[in-house]
Amino acid sequence: MNLSNLSNLSVGLSTYLLVGAMLFCLGLYGVFAKKNIVAILMSIELMLNAVNINFVAFNRFIWNQKIDIHYVLTGHVAALFVIVVAAAEVAVGLALVIAIYRNRQSTNVDEFNWLKW
Amino acid sequence: MGTIVFFIFAILTIAAAWGVVTSKNIVHSALYLALSFSGVAVLYILMNADFLAAVQLLVYTGAVAIMVVFAVMLTLRGEVQESSLENRSWGWGAIVASLVFVVIALVVLGNTDWRVLPTEWTSGGSAADLSLLLLTQFMVPFEAAAVLLTVALVGAVILAKGVKRAHELK
Repeated sequence: MNLSNLSNLSVGLSTYLLVGAMLFCLGLYGVFAKKNIVAILMSIELMLNAVNINFVAFNRFIWNQKIDIHYVLTGHVAALFVIVVAAAEVAVGLALVIAIYRNRQSTNVDEFNWLKW
Repeated sequence: MGTIVFFIFAILTIAAAWGVVTSKNIVHSALYLALSFSGVAVLYILMNADFLAAVQLLVYTGAVAIMVVFAVMLTLRGEVQESSLENRSWGWGAIVASLVFVVIALVVLGNTDWRVLPTEWTSGGSAADLSLLLLTQFMVPFEAAAVLLTVALVGAVILAKGVKRAHELK
């Protein structure tokens, strides 16, 4: 079965962009509002996902396949690199969370103020 | 058909993301996060990005969400029902996020260049198509990404395991 022909979609580009914008803003709210540092990392992942949706949507809708055939999947490649960087970021971020938790017995970002003077 | 599937999964994705940022129980947040990632994978399939959908399921739902669950497990203290509360300035966060969304929505809906419906897609999106691009035009960034992943893996292990001092080693 070829997945490419499965979808006969008729939803336009702006709808996908609005979905991405909603995901991004929910992530933004989470980064501002949450106390737990793991929840903040989750919100960052939501924002990266929103960016990926935008990359793929632009690539799908406004790339001219006839003219520039060699670079036609550049949006997918960009999204793939974002996924790589996000995986690296979450690995190092969670390791930092565990290291901080070991020293401070806390995951509350309001208490992480020992560099403040 | 495609429209119905799109709206079901778009609403699912956004509702799950809403659950991530509003749930007070961080374990529920982590599970909503996995749900949201899966919804995004379906959106990728609808945009003919087969390989990215598979990568999304494997890397995000499979690895990142599980890693977050493990971090939650290792750092949980006190009552799990109130493990992910809002801080004092959450109202400002809500205002800023809403304003950003309004601005983006105005830009997206006002730009006539972006009111396009999908045309026939003939360029694939499978692993073979992507690998052709990754191993020719984007070879240097591809290798750099490999180095980045290795460094991040080693760094994460060192950070999480903790470094012993020299006199403790003998």
